[in-house]
Amino acid sequence: MRFAFTDEQNMIREAARGFLAECTAAGARAKGIADPKGFEVSLWRKMAADMGWAGLIIPEAHGGLGLGMVELAVLMEELGAALIPSPFESTVCLAAQMLLISGDDIAQSEYFPRMIAGELTATVAVTEPGGDWNPTLTKSQYVRRGDDILLTALKHYVPFGHSADVIFVVARAEGSRGENGLSILAIPGDTAGLNRRSLVTMDQTRRQAAITCKDLVLPGSALIGEEGQGHALLCELTRFAGTALAAFQVGAAQRCLDMTVDYTKERVQFGRSIGSFQAVKHKAADMMIGVESARSLAYYAAALADSQSPEFPETASAAKVMCAETYFKVVADAIQLHGGIGFTWEYDLHHYFKNARATEGVLGIPDAHRDMIADYLQLSR
Amino acid sequence: MDLNFSKEDETFRAEVAAWMKAHLTGRFAELKGRGGPGDEHSFHDLRHDWEKHMATSGWTCVGWPKEDGGRGLPIEQQVIFYEEYARAGGPGRVGHIGEGLAGPTISAFGTDAQKKHFLPPIVAGEELWCQGYSEPNAGSDLANVRTKARLVNGEWVIDGQKTWTSLAQNADWCFVLCRTEEGSKLHRGLSYILVPMRQPGITVRPIVQMTGTSEFNEVFFDGARTAGDNIVGEPGDGWRVAMGTLAFERGISTLGQQMQFRNELDAIIDIARQNGRDRDPMIRRRLVDAWIGLKALRANALRMLSKPAAAELPREAYIYKISWATWHRDLGKLAMDVLGPDAEIGEDLPYDLTALQRLFLFVRADTIYAGTNQIQRNIIAERALGMPKEPRN
Repeated sequence: MRFAFTDEQNMIREAARGFLAECTAAGARAKGIADPKGFEVSLWRKMAADMGWAGLIIPEAHGGLGLGMVELAVLMEELGAALIPSPFESTVCLAAQMLLISGDDIAQSEYFPRMIAGELTATVAVTEPGGDWNPTLTKSQYVRRGDDILLTALKHYVPFGHSADVIFVVARAEGSRGENGLSILAIPGDTAGLNRRSLVTMDQTRRQAAITCKDLVLPGSALIGEEGQGHALLCELTRFAGTALAAFQVGAAQRCLDMTVDYTKERVQFGRSIGSFQAVKHKAADMMIGVESARSLAYYAAALADSQSPEFPETASAAKVMCAETYFKVVADAIQLHGGIGFTWEYDLHHYFKNARATEGVLGIPDAHRDMIADYLQLSR
Repeated sequence: MDLNFSKEDETFRAEVAAWMKAHLTGRFAELKGRGGPGDEHSFHDLRHDWEKHMATSGWTCVGWPKEDGGRGLPIEQQVIFYEEYARAGGPGRVGHIGEGLAGPTISAFGTDAQKKHFLPPIVAGEELWCQGYSEPNAGSDLANVRTKARLVNGEWVIDGQKTWTSLAQNADWCFVLCRTEEGSKLHRGLSYILVPMRQPGITVRPIVQMTGTSEFNEVFFDGARTAGDNIVGEPGDGWRVAMGTLAFERGISTLGQQMQFRNELDAIIDIARQNGRDRDPMIRRRLVDAWIGLKALRANALRMLSKPAAAELPREAYIYKISWATWHRDLGKLAMDVLGPDAEIGEDLPYDLTALQRLFLFVRADTIYAGTNQIQRNIIAERALGMPKEPRN
């Protein structure tokens, strides 16, 4: 048993931190926001291929690095701190992870090489109007016609869905209900008859799309994994992607705390730096207590995933709840301690504030994860 | 990172579990689950016998190095030991201040002669210790200690008063932070002196707490004596040694404490399931949040303990005390809210409370002793975050 990072994991972190610091200095966030795709394609190529991030969790047999959840968490933590728009979450944490869980070797062989090369971005479309992550509420449906599949779908809040080169859509077999009949269908983003609309998102670093299609004809090979096994796959995906997102939120919250500490040391009022006042110090201390607790839990969930521990599912939900809520609380307090400057457009904090809100409900709102833990604890509902 | 235990570790786990099952029986059976927070007064003599009994099989001081007489267990197996101990309902340890604080301090800062003299009786579970830090005017402001010690004919003579001294009524020795330089101020001129408790110069007066029981005491030193050699570190070096002791409070035994917390939370969840209060969405949410909080505490402790000792305290260590104390305090209130009207009803006359009632009351101390939550926040802000120090007069 060892709950500490290896040298290799620390090197991944250092390399990411250095690279992202250069990107930040070069104005990468603003450039990504201004791009119609919601991110800079050239920067994504560098992240994906040169840095090797797109292939981080893809097995070596497919040309990836074959690393695990802990390495993914380390990288997500740094990405959260930098908050530079990229399709990393949608392509790696959602799509690549989904393909891994599916065990679909043909689909993996088709998509992984191009993902690794930075030539293909992807996303997974689960949510529909209403936004509930619970896949049993899926109404989008398909019917078989000969070898073809006819899909009628209405997907909402799909991360980077307007620009993804391939969209993995969750749909159910016509007439199926609940957990049954759920499958995942791959649709190239430029398929004729697929309507994609980029939504105006309050958090500009994380674009979302509405995706619709009616009786869209797909080949039978669009099915990912085993037909009808989508529910179990998505539950597992939620845990893995949720743990990765939790680490992202920890990194972002830490950056907000760092900015706050730096600011309160420099800002002078009443003839003293405001960081010398206990009212300010104690709030900053509470921010750090929150961040470190959340960090410990996110690392723990990641390590449990790699250790294939039976404790992982409920711990992933715990990390999801704590990291999401801590991020929001910390960035809200960061704005408070910055005073007026924290409220301005030119200062970075508003991006984190908006991102905290945007990511809080992704992969299930905190209360949905609390319900999962309540079930695990056998509490009545 | 790898959270799996090795085969060897699992064998060790089975060994501990089997030992506990075989030995926490007979006259010791009634100790199961006793001696926890607010229950430290219960079965003291029998728990002391239990301590000595554990020592005969080498289950005291399991994390101490072998040269100090400990078992020298690697961290993984210490984790396992404390987990299995708590899982089996092992009683609150009467020797924890010696094992967790006095011993490691003497090992780190003491002379060879001191180690030889003081460590074996701790390992054997024979001699019990208490901590003489707080005074009526030196609580959060610990450096304001006024208890004095002077050398008279090669002996230290101690005068003054300590307070909030846990388990002083049962202790054989006290490590006393006192002023050995006349007129010195703050951290300077303090020394760390080891004083035998059973002597005419010492009076122990129990403080009756809101639980109706007494874990804490006032200790009066009135010409108390100890040998001139019984000083740890140089005269005037006491603050550094005392701070070293505080660092040991974050030891592996915290994992045992967490197993205890887990047992408490499980009991409360059980009650909620039985009396149906888990159907109240607010109660259910608080139970779930308590469970999440405990997971985070465990993760934080494992993270802290997996780091090699370094000059700079890691961040997760700074947040540890305030985190568990606040979590535990909130658990006390949750226990009462789950019990509802039954929360009011005790066990017996005159004022024999239930375990959860004692928990509810005693946890108010958790956020006060060993650095109040407010002091913890100062330390976090000033030392971990590097924010400017409070201007001092």
